[in-house]
Formats: sequence, C-alpha cells, structure tokens
Amino acid sequence: MTRLAPTFAALKSDNRAGFVAYVMAGDPDADTTLKMMQGLADKGADVLELGVPFTDPMADGPTIQRAAIRALEGGTTLKGVLALVKRFRETHMDTPVVLMGYANPFFAYGFEDFARDAAAAGADGVICVDIPPEEDTELRSALEGQGLSFVRLAAPTTDDKRLPQVVAHTSGFVYYVSTTGVTGAGSGATGDIEAAVARVRAASGLPVAVGFGVKTPERATEIGKVADAVVVGSAIVDALATDGVDQALHLAGSLADAAHSAR
Amino acid sequence: MTQPNAFSQQPDAEGRFGQFGGRYVAETLMPNILALEEAYEHYKNDPDFIAEFEEFSRDFVGRPSPLYFAERLTEEFGGAKIWFKRDELNHTGAHKINNCLGQVLLAKRMGKTRIIAETGAGQHGVATATVAARFGLPCEVFMGATDVKRQKPNVFRMNLLGAKIHSVTSGRGTLKDAMNEALRDWVTYPDETFYVIGTVAGPHPYPAMVRDFQSVIGREAREQMLERIGRLPDAAVACIGGGSNAMGLFHPFLEDEDVRLIGVEAAGKGLDTPDHAASLNGGRPGILHGNKTYLLQDEDGQITEGHSISAGLDYPGIGPEHAFLHDVGRAEYRSATDAEALEMFQLCSKKEGIIPALEPAHALARVRDLAKELGKDGVILMNMCGRGDKDVFSVAEALGVEL
Ligand SMILES: Cc1ncc(COP(=O)(O)O)c(C=O)c1O
Repeated sequence: MTRLAPTFAALKSDNRAGFVAYVMAGDPDADTTLKMMQGLADKGADVLELGVPFTDPMADGPTIQRAAIRALEGGTTLKGVLALVKRFRETHMDTPVVLMGYANPFFAYGFEDFARDAAAAGADGVICVDIPPEEDTELRSALEGQGLSFVRLAAPTTDDKRLPQVVAHTSGFVYYVSTTGVTGAGSGATGDIEAAVARVRAASGLPVAVGFGVKTPERATEIGKVADAVVVGSAIVDALATDGVDQALHLAGSLADAAHSAR
Repeated sequence: MTQPNAFSQQPDAEGRFGQFGGRYVAETLMPNILALEEAYEHYKNDPDFIAEFEEFSRDFVGRPSPLYFAERLTEEFGGAKIWFKRDELNHTGAHKINNCLGQVLLAKRMGKTRIIAETGAGQHGVATATVAARFGLPCEVFMGATDVKRQKPNVFRMNLLGAKIHSVTSGRGTLKDAMNEALRDWVTYPDETFYVIGTVAGPHPYPAMVRDFQSVIGREAREQMLERIGRLPDAAVACIGGGSNAMGLFHPFLEDEDVRLIGVEAAGKGLDTPDHAASLNGGRPGILHGNKTYLLQDEDGQITEGHSISAGLDYPGIGPEHAFLHDVGRAEYRSATDAEALEMFQLCSKKEGIIPALEPAHALARVRDLAKELGKDGVILMNMCGRGDKDVFSVAEALGVEL
C-alpha cells in the first residue's frame, strides 16, 4: 500500500480538505526543487505532485510549459527526477509523492523499469496525462506490479457512461480537472464542481482532488468545501519563477491553511 | 486471413496498426475522439456524404487529377518509365485539400461551429481555410511563430480567406508546437470545435480517416494506369512528412503485392547529422500527439526538432500506418537530402515544365535511382503532390539568388 491511502484516511477522519501541491522537477535545478518539496511538505502539503518535464506538454498552459523548458534546459532527465524523490525521502518519510507527466519519457525509460525504479526511489503513484483507460494496460500493470497507484484524471467531458471505465483501475485518489482547458487557465463554477465531485466519488469510492485553475487561498477555500483535496500547480510554479523559493512557499502555506480550514 | 487483407484491413477497433496508432490523449478529449469516430464510421458509408464529397472533389478541387507520362525525365534518367499523378493541379496546389474537404464536410454534419487546424508551411492551413470559407465556418489556424515569419505569403492567403492565425511561440515555434497548441485549444473548447488534422497522424480515427480521404489519389491512379498502359506500376513513390499523400497513394495498392511502395523521408543535411526529419530512418517508437509511432527523440524520450529545407516535411513523427508498413516490410522507406531536393526541383522545372513543390522533389530524387534499378521495362508512379509556387522564395535563397 502507498502513503496515499493513510494520508486521505487521516484527512477524512479530521474532516479536513487536503492540499496537493505541484512543482516541476528540475525547475530551474534539482536543488531548488528539493528545497521546494521539503518546504511544501513542511508548510502543510498533504501530497506532492512532482512534474516530469516533457518537450510537448499538450495539456499544460504557458506557466508549466515554461517550467518544463527550464527543467529540460537544466539537463533534467527522468532518472534525475527519481533521484530527487530519493533525496526527498531522506528527510520526509510520510508525505506521498505522485509523479505527473506524459507518456513518452516513461515509455522511453521502459514502463517496467520505470515502475521498479520509481517504487525504489519512494514514489507512491503516477499520473500520466495522455494515457486514457483505452491505452493503459502496459503502464498500469507495471505500476500495479510495484504497488504504485495509477491516479487518473476525470474531466467535465467525462459523462456517466464513461466514468466507471475511467475510475475502474484508479487507486489512491481521482484527480478531477475542474474545467475544460489547460493547466493555469480559469477554473469551473463551484456548483458544477460540487456535483462532479459527488459523481466521481460515488463511481470510484475514492477521494477526489480538484485542480486546474486554483490560484488563490479564497478559491482553495471554496474548492476545499466540496472536494477531498485541492490541487494547486501553476500558481506555485509561477511564484517560484518570479519571486523565488521563499515567496512560493509562503503562498503554498496560505493555500494549505485555506484548504485545511475550509470546512 | 490472407496476408494481403492483413495489410489493407488496418487499423483494428482500437485504432491500432500492429503495435502503432491508438488514442493517447487527455481524458478531456477522449469523449470527443470517440464521438468523432462514431460520426466518421457512420458517414463514411452514407451515400449523401459520399456524393457531396465527390461533387466538391470534382467541381471545387478539380478531380480527378491527370496521370501524366514524364517523358523527358524518363529520358534523362535513362531507365524505367516515369508517370506523375498530378495532385499539384488541385485547387490550392497540393493534395492537402482532399482531406480538408472530407473533414469539413464531416464537421458540418456533426453540427460543429468552429474549425481549427495546425499548419507548418501553411499549405494545410490554406487548404483548411479555403474549405472553411466555402462552407461559411469560422476557421482558426495555429502556426509556429518561426513559420509565420518564414511563410508570409501563406499567412496572407489565410487572412484573405477569412481565417484567424494564431502565432505560436511555445516550444520552438514550429509545426509540432502548432499541433500542441491546436490540441490545447481543442481541450479548451471541445464541444463546438472540429480539429482538422493535416496528416495521417494524431489519435484514432484521424490516421484512418485522413488516409481514406486521401485514398482518392491511389484509387484514381490505379485505374488510370490500367486504362493507359494496361498494367500496374512496378513501384509507387511518394514523399513523407506526416505521410498523408503517401498513404493516400499507397493504400489502394496494398493488396497488389507486386507493386513496391516507396516512401521518401527528408534527410535534411544528412541522416548522419542531427538536422533531418526522417522519423523511420532516424527515429524510434514513442508516443506523441495521440499516437504511438516512430519519432525523432533523444534517449530520455524528449522530442527533437526535425529539419528539412521543405517546411512541409519537418515533422518529428510519421503516421502510425507507415510505422506498421515499415515494420512488416510491405513498404520501403528511403530518404533524400536538402541538396538532392534542390537539384530535382530545378531539373523537373527545366525538363518537364512542372515546378514541383520541394516535398515531391524529394521523392523524385529516389525515382531517379529506382528508374535505373528497374531498367527500361519498368514503370514508376510518383505522386506529384504539390506545386512549387510556395517554394520559390526559399529555393531562391538557397541558391543565393536575390528576388
Ligand atoms: C506539397 C506537400 N507535400 C507533402 C507534404 C507533407 O505532408 P504528408 O506527408 O502528410 O503528405 C506537405 C505538407 O505541407 C505538402 O505541402
């Protein structure tokens, strides 16, 4: 079992919304990312999403695109990303880490090798943006073989007919994309999100984290009232790029507090 | 099942050509992709849809395109007889419009109210804008900022046709970035948008659908060869960017196992340099833009930029059906360099009175070898998939001529 289940179980028994924080691995270098990961966990992030950079991130907006380019220009490789997870585990044993990226770097590494090395490094799960259920057999069985969670995305376009298929082999939690669009754009209407979260929760029996477009503590509070966790990515990445680690962590702290005290 | 059927009956229900193809897209798009597949499966057999496609192919595009005996090049190369399928005579000057017509007609029937497309050199963008204008649908074209600068005449053409151009600055501002941006737009406006992909790539059903719309090239050519010389060619040759004109030429010949199918990739400055766009000859399997296929990439699975003197060929991937035909050996894939294409561009202009696009000029370089290989009894069919008007500026520059 991964660290995800106990983390969400604890949140549930406290009746608190969780805070999931995203950071791009290697943006702009590994040491900065490690500082961010440690700081995010210390500021109250319940789960870390560690972005794996890719040259062609088709579901990401400009902020995360640019972060990926910075990471790649700094020489970040998938091996380097896994090394970061390992270093993070030297100080933080309990905070779950989910790797989020696109299929080709995982495929190039070899799904089996990737799953083995990710598990050994101390990762808990993987989100692969461009592998829908129709194409997931190989990656999923590799991850399952190593006891890693395969976290799935559900979208506003995922209708009731399709939803069971989407959540069928998910574990850990389901990531609900709050709006049609790329990361960093606006987020959907709260009422719609509340209904969607209920739908996804019922279909999956899993906690539902809501992301895409959450940028402020106010918005994190609104989402935290209806979702099991709030995911913030672009706002943190942006703060890091423009104002540095301290400011980014300051923002993350206020987002964590907002999510935790939403209810 | 017999072997020939195994070649022509692809893809399977999951959109797979052997191990290639598939549907690697974000969940937001999956329902759209499935709806598109359902609509296409329905309309491709609908007599009204087929009749409308044929009517506009005839009256608007100018089909059928002629089959032409390239007598002077045959003489020049001194071997097999060379025939051109003249798809450069189509409206807008290339094969691209065959596919745009099919997809826009489908968009209309699906009730979509907005057309988007990616373009590299601007040929697919112009063809899409042209058909969208004819059917009164608003059209937005994503084009890399680098290409917008390089291809000003086509940008102006698209503007004249009423299309809105988005200059894409992400990545390196070329074709693959334009495709990423078009996918991002589609993710954002999935309900009203129809994404007209310009080649046999992307998630299922695009590779099969684009191939079907382009197969008019091979069907006509096959019939015309039988009519004119009473036999099929020994080889059918086409250039490959994403592979749509080649797939359109090849597909009706897949079961004719005596007909060699030869695709010609862009070798740029040479396959031994990083500056080429030969995905099959210089890449390896990977996943990009919705499908599994051969890609130009580094060891870590990061996509590398293709290079070719021909802006229509510098895509870092290739349609999954070509990846399949390559691996099973039904088609052969060769390459031609920038320098060879430039040479053929000039030679074809002087000898045949046809200024070819730089893309088919690549194919012609391998036709030259093949003509010798096959000898005087041989017959070669080459798809002249585009005319060179669009290339005169870049060719002049490459030759050091100031216009
Ligand atoms: C004349 C011409 N030929 C070939 C291509 C390459 O595309 P494909 O390989 O899909 O035919 C292009 C693309 O712009 C083109 O304009």
